[in-house]
Amino acid sequence: MIWISIKRVIRAGFINFWRNGFVSFSSIMVVTMTLFVFTSLIFLSLLTNAYLNQVKDKVDINVYFTTTAPEKDILALKKTIESLEQVARTEYVSREDALKNFKLKHQDDEPTLQGLEELDDNPLGAVLNIKAKQPSQYDSIAKFLDSKDALSKDGSNIIESVNFHKNKQIIDRLNKIVDSATRLGIGLVIFFVLISIVITFNTIRIIIFTSRDEISVMKLVGASNRYIRWPFVVSGIMYGVISAVVTLAVFYPILYYVNKLLASFSPGLNLLTYYLNNFGQIFLIIAGSGILLGAVSSYLAVRRYLKI
Amino acid sequence: MIYYDKVSKVYADNSHALVDISLTIEPKEFVSIVGHSGAGKTTLLKMLLAEEKPTKGSVFFESTNIHKLKKAKMNNMRRRIGTIFQDYRLLPNKTAYENIAFAMEAAGRTDAEIRADVPHVLELVDLGNKLWNFPHELSGGEKQRVAIARAIVNQPDLIIADEPTGNLDPVNTQEVVRILKKINDLGTTVILTTHNKGVIDSIGGRVITMENGKIIRDDKHGKYIL
Repeated sequence: MIWISIKRVIRAGFINFWRNGFVSFSSIMVVTMTLFVFTSLIFLSLLTNAYLNQVKDKVDINVYFTTTAPEKDILALKKTIESLEQVARTEYVSREDALKNFKLKHQDDEPTLQGLEELDDNPLGAVLNIKAKQPSQYDSIAKFLDSKDALSKDGSNIIESVNFHKNKQIIDRLNKIVDSATRLGIGLVIFFVLISIVITFNTIRIIIFTSRDEISVMKLVGASNRYIRWPFVVSGIMYGVISAVVTLAVFYPILYYVNKLLASFSPGLNLLTYYLNNFGQIFLIIAGSGILLGAVSSYLAVRRYLKI
Repeated sequence: MIYYDKVSKVYADNSHALVDISLTIEPKEFVSIVGHSGAGKTTLLKMLLAEEKPTKGSVFFESTNIHKLKKAKMNNMRRRIGTIFQDYRLLPNKTAYENIAFAMEAAGRTDAEIRADVPHVLELVDLGNKLWNFPHELSGGEKQRVAIARAIVNQPDLIIADEPTGNLDPVNTQEVVRILKKINDLGTTVILTTHNKGVIDSIGGRVITMENGKIIRDDKHGKYIL
């Protein structure tokens, strides 16, 4: 009996979907719009994150060592620093490499190079670049460097300077920007998602409002509430699935175009590849939201007219 | 079979649709209810389907108080009552066949029963050739006959017909009355409301006359007198 009912409900849902062509079309348009907002927000947050990461990646602490600092002390310090949990990675530039870089940077600057030649010794100290996992962690790394743990064995200071203190303001400001950007992003997402859900709910309610006479006839013929309601829910699910397919199909050319625009100023980021590689997951999220949206709003909309 | 016990109905706008109505209807009766518009005929019928609740009093179908039924039981009761309305109330997106099949599905009948009974019942109301037409493709008389077919397909104990001929021409009116009488002859109770004198006279059964929410006349073999 239950199987007969399920079969009949699904068949009725399909038939209603097909016969109410225009109604189905407009429902699909509304649900598609909502899913479009969802998908846009997913990619927008992806994009924002990628940019923030890029900016974050540009920040680091440079430790300048004295020219007399023994290399093995420096390497020992590097090891200690790497063992700190806040540190993502370090990069050691030896005195020779520093000189090489310097020359390369100033290759067109003849007077500077000449001045350099006149010195007996390499005037540059070794440099250790430290990257933290989070921008907020630079403070504690700098404090660690300031403490006496960073001294060499004989007690003399091998660190010439740490440029964190110079960069502190910039890093602090960046931290604030990252924080507020994330907060604003979450706020916007919630705002848009809520608005589009409300619009979809309302539209489907209006659409089902036109079926209220039909629903009352069904009640008077003795149909149970479930038997009246579920065909509407089945149609709602179909709106969701079709809208998801439409949305994802529309996004392919959009991402293709956006990708072209982005390619010039962020070579590392490829939204289209991301989209294609994670298609299964994205499809599940979008189709899931669509189905949920269609089914739940139909379910709730019919409920009002079942109270005879 | 049906018993109204001192039923009153006051609508929200304080209009008294029914005033202290007591009425008994026996099984296999053919009862016609007549009266001007607003006399309370339709409200009286709506009580039976639990579309409206009485403000005072109670309505019994056999020995159960209709307005105290739980939802599932209410659906079962409604399946034992066939309804016919002036405005047909067919499902517009379903064909004649599907409209009737829907009532059978709602009653939990099997697919085999539906396949066998629907063409048969449409044949009975002379629409054997219009199985697959949608309501908007049918004339008023044809629509009403589909509605009658839907009302009788589950072999109900009671048929309620609320001005079934109100929108029909004389020929179709006589046809509907003929079908209703036939249903009654086969043992189904019929309650009918009408304005139409000809309908009452050709039925020749019990006639209840209503005015301002009260029963002012109840004749066993009545005529249309207003």
